[in-house]
Amino acid sequence: MKSYPYKNPSRATWAEDYSFLNNDIKNEEGLGIKKSYLKVSDLNIYIGKAHILKNVNLEIPDKKITCIIGPSGCGKSTLLKTFNRLIDDTEGIKYEGSILVDDTDIFDKKTEITDIRKKMGLLSQRPCPLPMSIYDNIAFGCKMHGERNRKKLNQIVEQQLKAVGLWEEVKNRLNAPASKLSIGQQQRLCLARGLAVEPEFILADEATSALDPISSKHIEELFVKLKQDYTIILVTHTLRQALRIADHVIFMYLGEVIEAGPADEVFNNPKQELTQKYLEGAFS
Amino acid sequence: MFSITVLSVLLVVLIGLGLYIKSVPIFEHNSFWQLISSSEWRPGNGQFGFLPFIAGTIAITFIAIILALPIALLSALFLTEFSKSYLKKWVFTALDILAGIPSVVYGVWGTLFIVPWISEKLAPHFVEYSTGYTVLAGGIVLGVMILPLLISLFVEIFSAVPREFRDAALSLGATKWQTSKFVILRKTFPGILAAVILAVSRAFGETIAVLMVCGNLPMVPHSLFDSCYPLPALIANNYGEMLSVPLYESALMLAAFLLFIVVFIFNASSRAVIYRIERKFK
Amino acid sequence: MRLKFIEEKIAKGLMVVASLAVFAFVVNIIYTIFRRGFPALNWEMISQIPAGGYYNGGGGGILNAIVGSLYIVLGSTILGLLISIPVVFYLNVYLKKDSKLAYVARLAFDVLFGIPSIVYGAFAFTIMIYLGMHTSLGGGILVITLLVIPIFIRSMDEVAQQLPKDLLDSTYALGATKLETIKVVLRQIAPGIATATLLSVGRAIGDAAGVMFTAGFTDSIPTSLNQPAATLPLSVFFQLSSPNADVQDRAYSAALILIFIVLVISILGRLITNHFSKHKI
Repeated sequence: MKSYPYKNPSRATWAEDYSFLNNDIKNEEGLGIKKSYLKVSDLNIYIGKAHILKNVNLEIPDKKITCIIGPSGCGKSTLLKTFNRLIDDTEGIKYEGSILVDDTDIFDKKTEITDIRKKMGLLSQRPCPLPMSIYDNIAFGCKMHGERNRKKLNQIVEQQLKAVGLWEEVKNRLNAPASKLSIGQQQRLCLARGLAVEPEFILADEATSALDPISSKHIEELFVKLKQDYTIILVTHTLRQALRIADHVIFMYLGEVIEAGPADEVFNNPKQELTQKYLEGAFS
Repeated sequence: MFSITVLSVLLVVLIGLGLYIKSVPIFEHNSFWQLISSSEWRPGNGQFGFLPFIAGTIAITFIAIILALPIALLSALFLTEFSKSYLKKWVFTALDILAGIPSVVYGVWGTLFIVPWISEKLAPHFVEYSTGYTVLAGGIVLGVMILPLLISLFVEIFSAVPREFRDAALSLGATKWQTSKFVILRKTFPGILAAVILAVSRAFGETIAVLMVCGNLPMVPHSLFDSCYPLPALIANNYGEMLSVPLYESALMLAAFLLFIVVFIFNASSRAVIYRIERKFK
Repeated sequence: MRLKFIEEKIAKGLMVVASLAVFAFVVNIIYTIFRRGFPALNWEMISQIPAGGYYNGGGGGILNAIVGSLYIVLGSTILGLLISIPVVFYLNVYLKKDSKLAYVARLAFDVLFGIPSIVYGAFAFTIMIYLGMHTSLGGGILVITLLVIPIFIRSMDEVAQQLPKDLLDSTYALGATKLETIKVVLRQIAPGIATATLLSVGRAIGDAAGVMFTAGFTDSIPTSLNQPAATLPLSVFFQLSSPNADVQDRAYSAALILIFIVLVISILGRLITNHFSKHKI
């Protein structure tokens, strides 16, 4: 079998990936880091009569980049958008199964959707800065959750802009409309905006496909940096991107999860024939 | 074919010119400023003060917009953001019917329902006596008439906002209403403005429905419960006497010309706003 | 924090109220007129012209208005089609997509679309005086034609602009002349023409301000273009102005007839668009 040039030699072994069950992991300073937990059990989604997602069972590893790959139309985006229940508004949608985020089932009637969404940050394919200034864009999420303190908001804006590397570029024009930024800057702005509400997960839906190669690279580098603090789930259309940055891979085809596992295993030793075919480029 | 096209285009110019030419005689005796600031309307004495009519038109249009705008915005938001598709069909059918009802029928409805309601139920709380044929009646009837236009334009504008914007706001934890308030309304503001300008332009020219409920008294209205006399009603009511009194015809043609100019400007500016929006998206 | 959920609930409530208001208006309008108009409705109304003293309580019906309106609508629709179809073709088939003339023309038609019918009435009136015409059927047709031309052009233009460019290209590639292309385009936009016609007819039949001083009013049915013609909206208006309560009731039933006609046209229009857009996306 062909071996894929897997370029991430520093990633941990399989066992360490799945040690999220052990909640006592501490970081260098000896402080406890909150472990995020996302488990999908027997998920089936129907839109009208179409069976969009079939019997999905997954566990997303904490603080790693998980890439969902597969040909277009196989339900990747739907799965991603289910995590923050963004697809609720689609006509005729029906869910079966459960998705546990930390300790709540997001489909439970008692869960407050805005709380779930606070834990998930979404980055869309097309950068969509809200129709307001750069400052207001970042502060938007916080304001929606009731944060009114001006000083705190200033602090958050600066912190997140620095985290995505935009601070130097925009610090003098925070009140300018966000639409005046270049497309790469806009996408980074959207990322900073998502981070401002302190999520646990970052959901990225083909976040670089509308960008030029340099901006794409910036975003990918950001993801690699951010995985220290956030669990990143990335839907990607291009195999190469997954090869570059994925720690964990989920391969989907026609609404089913065909294979899931650590990146080097899936890329170098795929267990399913379908995965093998996809990796070879038989279909895309 | 070319000639027909050009002729049709020239029609605009023709109408403007024709009306203007017909209004010229009145300028020989009064200046433009005199005409639009005087309230004396005694055609027999050669006095043509247009102020009451201009004020009346503005008054009922203003009331109509104040009444129709919130209803239109709220129901358009409801239709695009909150409701299911079967509800949409019902509301659109109702809007179609409203849009198709001829203006004389609106006038009849106004005299049968709105005028008595104002006279008997509403006015007694505020003034000593009102016939019901008032600015308010004109405003209400006009408001209902422009409602279908406003709602259908708003629905079109709101639906054109790409899904990503809603997704982004919702993902940050905003509720649907917060999304509508801070994202949709903000983003579509120029479009909303253009739609309102168009609706105002339509309201300015409405003749017969308004004529039947506004009282037709040439006075500048000082309260909602005063009667008024909008410009189109002026023209419609007096075309019969036009030719018998000197300068009367010219005065009425001036009124028509004023209407034409206002509608022209409003349509053009609404177009300009839309053009700018479309350019931003390109 | 809970504030935002309260705000959401209030906003939702207001929105539902607003949407219900739309229904409330429709129902109220139709019901008010129906209640007063239906009892006065009878066969006599639509089959006879007004007898002497009709407006003071005498016998007769509104056949004069029904036929008058019919003539005006027919005349103006035919004239309107004759003028608008060539214009739409010229704009879409002959002119290039980004030609200046097309832009100016469309702008002009937008303006014409927005001009209120009273202004058209005033303008047509001056032309009629200039030509020596009296208030007549001809005058009424003139005004309504002017009124509906922009409606025709706008609706048909919208449909024509959505024509796939490949259609025109492939027709030319097969060697067709411009004239033959017209036949192809005509078939494609036929549903657009149908809806435009229905829209215009609906508008034409309900318009009062335009015909007020161009078509005049009469109790008889016009037999030539020079005779004045009665129209349904004006008939309603004049009957309503009568001091006699019976006549006023007849006004309501005339209004009911008018609503009925317009509703039928509107439903027909809907059916046609639905039928033809089954194949569209």
